[in-house]
Amino acid sequence: MDINDLRSLFTVLVFGAFIGIVAWAYSSKRKQAFDEAARLPLDDDAPAARGDAGQQHN
Amino acid sequence: MREVNTIMQSQATYDYKVVRQFAVMTVIWGIVGMLVGVIIAAQLVWPDLLPFEWLSYGRLRPLHTNAVIFAFGGSALFATSFYVVQRTCHTSLFLPGLATFIFWGWQIVIVLAAITLPLGFTQGKEYAELEWPIDILITVIWVAYAIVFFGTIGIRKTPHIYVANWFYGAFIIAVALLHIFNSAAIPVTLTKSYSAYAGVQDAMIQWWYGHNAVGFFLTAAFLGMMYYFVPKQAERPIYSYRLSVVHFWALVFTYMWAGPHHLHYTALPDWTQSIGMVFSLILLAPSWGGMINGIMTLSGAWHKLRDDPILKFMIVSLSFYGMSTFEGPMMSIKTVNALSHYTDWTVGHVHSGALGWVAMISIGSIYYLIPRLFGKAQMYSVGLINVHFWLATLGTVLYIAALWISGVMQGLMWRATNADGTLTYSFVESVKASYPFWTIRVVGGVLFLTGMLLMAYNMFKTIASGRAVDDAPVLVPAHAH
Repeated sequence: MDINDLRSLFTVLVFGAFIGIVAWAYSSKRKQAFDEAARLPLDDDAPAARGDAGQQHN
Repeated sequence: MREVNTIMQSQATYDYKVVRQFAVMTVIWGIVGMLVGVIIAAQLVWPDLLPFEWLSYGRLRPLHTNAVIFAFGGSALFATSFYVVQRTCHTSLFLPGLATFIFWGWQIVIVLAAITLPLGFTQGKEYAELEWPIDILITVIWVAYAIVFFGTIGIRKTPHIYVANWFYGAFIIAVALLHIFNSAAIPVTLTKSYSAYAGVQDAMIQWWYGHNAVGFFLTAAFLGMMYYFVPKQAERPIYSYRLSVVHFWALVFTYMWAGPHHLHYTALPDWTQSIGMVFSLILLAPSWGGMINGIMTLSGAWHKLRDDPILKFMIVSLSFYGMSTFEGPMMSIKTVNALSHYTDWTVGHVHSGALGWVAMISIGSIYYLIPRLFGKAQMYSVGLINVHFWLATLGTVLYIAALWISGVMQGLMWRATNADGTLTYSFVESVKASYPFWTIRVVGGVLFLTGMLLMAYNMFKTIASGRAVDDAPVLVPAHAH
């Protein structure tokens, strides 16, 4: 096995990791945590300054 | 839960001083950098415009690019990242004293650039022209930046790290990597050094740097800005948080490989050029994913665009981002590049991204920040923001349309041959034919610069009637209850 096989293997591994990330991001288990995270910029103001909060699409 | 927030304020306050300093300097350096841009654009139309070799086109051009990217764009990124990381992590800055050092250090770098580049001291690498002593200073400041930013994330009070911080974080890490490797050089004197690399390797490392400066400095970091300020100004959460996670990783995995498209039809091995082209084409997906995510945040609230010029800046910036990230992959296709490379088309493409995307999202974000940093409900004049918006949009459209035409025309003239195989046009004929379009470009640039001058006026009027806010309380995060 020469270094080019390792390079190819690395590319495949990184691609696999990316597919894993997509599956993780869209798994229903993450929904609640992502909904919380999405509100972070909106929940950082004093409530008086906050406008109407819209619905998040997932 | 939200009612509890008002009562449960902790005693700590956000560190706004460094945010304020960088926000004001964003406008100042924007004017300086864009003024130099207008000057060099005018020099193409009137070559003898200015005396002295220090003010010649070749000396001023790197000053323009460095000023707009690192002084204007850099200040906007420091200001917004320090603001966003504090607000979304519900904590004040980690080591605020170091942040003060970052501000003054960065100003010194900018002043040194403004002195050395006109004097002709350069490493000759595009967007990395500054000589080795300045490179070392940049490295020190960047390490300090990483410590303050990641340190602040480390002491956050929230379980999540908001997606904007991921983009800022990737920008900080990638720029450190790019700067160190591309600036590696052997110093000969205090003002002269030679690249550590030779030949085509040197070219490849330069464009690995160059394209990722676009990808991580001018894209990822400004996307961080987008992911905070668009939801904030629209008062709605981002359209899809899941899409933002996929957007982040897709962008990070892909951008690193796109650099070779700057070296099509050169001594770079053909397979390397092809890889650069393929990854550039793949980049269309994450780029448009991000653009759609930003624009769709307004879904169901489009009416806000009618009377909010700050939101107009942000949404139009995303439209230009979408346009230029479609154009870029197309230009990376070898056969298209055979026509576009070395012509004004490239310069027009860059400005569609730089003026349309980077500058407009920054301008929108700074308009959001200024009143909040100076204790006002809004800017001194919302009407002037609207005028600025139209000047900026019109200026950008004039600029890029003029250079599309001159670029395609130059490419066609250079490749035209007679029946006997000789060239139809001499080079100087293509220069002559470009003059009208270069003049239109000057007009576009002047419009954009005028908008920035209005912004400065609006900013100083806002500051004059405001006060420096140093008592903004750090709120206890919502989930803490």
